[in-house]
Amino acid sequence: MSELTIVWVYPDLLSTYGDRGNMLILHRRALARGIPARTVEVRSDEKLPAHGDIYLIGGGEDGPQASAAERLIADGGLHRAAADRAVIFAVCAGYQLLGSSFFAKGEKCAGLGLVDLHSDRGPSRAVGELAGDIAPELGLPPLTGFENHGGRTHLGAGVRPLATVTTGVGNDSVGEGVWAGTILGTYAHGPALARNPALADLLLRWATGEENLAPLDETWTGRLRAERLAAVGRS
Amino acid sequence: MSDDRKPTELPAPRASTPRLPLRTALAAQVSRTAAALSRATGRGDGSVIGGRLGMMIDPDLLARLADGREIALVSGTNGKTTTTRFTAAAVGVLGDVATNSFGANMPTGHTSALARAGDTRYAVLEVDEHYLPQVIKATLPKVVALLNLSRDQLDRAKEVAMMAQLWRDALDAYPAVHVVANADDPMVVYAVGDHPPARITWFSAGQRWQDDSHVCPACGGHIERWSDGGWFCGNGDLRRPEPQWRLADGKVVDADGVAHEVPLQLPGTVNLGNAATALAVAARFGVRTADGIPRLATVASVAGRYAQVDRDGRLIRLLLAKNPASWLEAFDMADDAPTLLSINARDPDGLDTSWLYDVDFSPLRGRQVLVTGDRAMDLAVRLEINEVPFSHVRTFGDAVAAVPPGRLEVIANYTAFQDIRAELDRVV
Repeated sequence: MSELTIVWVYPDLLSTYGDRGNMLILHRRALARGIPARTVEVRSDEKLPAHGDIYLIGGGEDGPQASAAERLIADGGLHRAAADRAVIFAVCAGYQLLGSSFFAKGEKCAGLGLVDLHSDRGPSRAVGELAGDIAPELGLPPLTGFENHGGRTHLGAGVRPLATVTTGVGNDSVGEGVWAGTILGTYAHGPALARNPALADLLLRWATGEENLAPLDETWTGRLRAERLAAVGRS
Repeated sequence: MSDDRKPTELPAPRASTPRLPLRTALAAQVSRTAAALSRATGRGDGSVIGGRLGMMIDPDLLARLADGREIALVSGTNGKTTTTRFTAAAVGVLGDVATNSFGANMPTGHTSALARAGDTRYAVLEVDEHYLPQVIKATLPKVVALLNLSRDQLDRAKEVAMMAQLWRDALDAYPAVHVVANADDPMVVYAVGDHPPARITWFSAGQRWQDDSHVCPACGGHIERWSDGGWFCGNGDLRRPEPQWRLADGKVVDADGVAHEVPLQLPGTVNLGNAATALAVAARFGVRTADGIPRLATVASVAGRYAQVDRDGRLIRLLLAKNPASWLEAFDMADDAPTLLSINARDPDGLDTSWLYDVDFSPLRGRQVLVTGDRAMDLAVRLEINEVPFSHVRTFGDAVAAVPPGRLEVIANYTAFQDIRAELDRVV
């Protein structure tokens, strides 16, 4: 790999929850390992680049979410990226887009169908701290984040959640997010990679094929994680 | 034009208090008494409890108290407390002004402010953006000032575009209201909608934050921007109106094109913009700009904001920053000096701290930066990623001890600001 390309998909539409943070964190953590990396922000009236290594999709309001789905379906770039086994990390509204359908402004909208899941409206809005145990095969410490969404997400048979919920709602109060090959979806803001640097490194490992990334100074991220997990009664 | 009317040519004010029905008079009296009790027992300034009790006795209390007054409402995500204070000061040229100067900006606070003020001819009220339609209906204002709309308190505030629509619908029903509105903000321009052009005064005060208006609220198309502040929707739905009031070379240019020096005690271009807005509103009441300007210079702090306190040789200045747009403004106002940042995520602040990543903290590089507050660790991780060196302090006192004598800038979000203000003995 010459240079790791991190593509932020449609920041003009999907950037409500500090989503820039996930891009900044991946970029910084790559450079800190001596991995050449660049970031590309792609507006919704631009074509998605074909050869990104990591695609990031953030959270957003109902209207922009529906527009983003239409434009991504028309663009086709994310489908090609997924077929090439690029890494995709999607948060909240962006996560719902990955499935076959979602609800925005009271209407059912077509999603990208990249992962076998669909989302509908829950009985109440899920707002608050979110924590869970990440799928053990991934070998990561607990997930911590903040969620704020009205949707509930239902995974198809054979599709695995990213984590098992211990605090909050996530997909359905049991599972949270999705893990499908090199695609991850989550309801966690924070942003998610600020609170879960091990998750950021997982994406970097997938994208670079480097199994062993040099450890970084985790003094402040460690203290942040300890504080947020303690706030929900976990250590 | 009403701008040119002298105060003496206005119709005589109607005395509101003596004409109130018995029930309303009782409600107003209870409201005042409860507010006084609340203040006396140290529970707050009493605006909310006083208003709430009064409205329980007479649900139309706000409308009745508003009747007969000439009222300006000031709303927006940022700058409304300061702009309200400036506007009240400028309109004060004409006579007594009722105002909710404690930032109690919901109907209970308005009721309390009007009850407390007694019989004034004028009122200038800061209004929470969610409540603007309701307060327009109750008070039938002469002027409504619309400052801006941007993201704030993500876990519970309405979406920005929904808020713009809410305002638009509200103004639609009141075409006689004069609107003083920000031409730089596409969301505000959309909210003004098809209001009669003769009843709109556009102002331009510059706008740093643009991340909530990349998309046209009318059609979902792209908002394109020029470097001079101009903008337009690519599909032709919306474009920046020509402002009548604007800032140029550090001066306020009025609707006649006259440039005024406006000396202020409050720092930053943002506050000069707030001053321009206030003068534009005051002009609708007949205040000559040259008369209003000296009044603005008397404002030294707004509910503790911008207040300067000398503590152990440190000249401490408090800046409130509630959301990404106001953080950018705070960096503009702050001196190149040691800076304490304090973040909480309690209910009034909003619980989600993700917005920290919408703020670029790099202007702080090269300054001594300290972090504190309930969510100092979120701030620490953010600054590390932003490559801004910092140190963590447990308390405000530790921060004061950690900096050399001289200026200390304090930038804090809502409850963090209140905590520090309490430590500084409730400076006002």
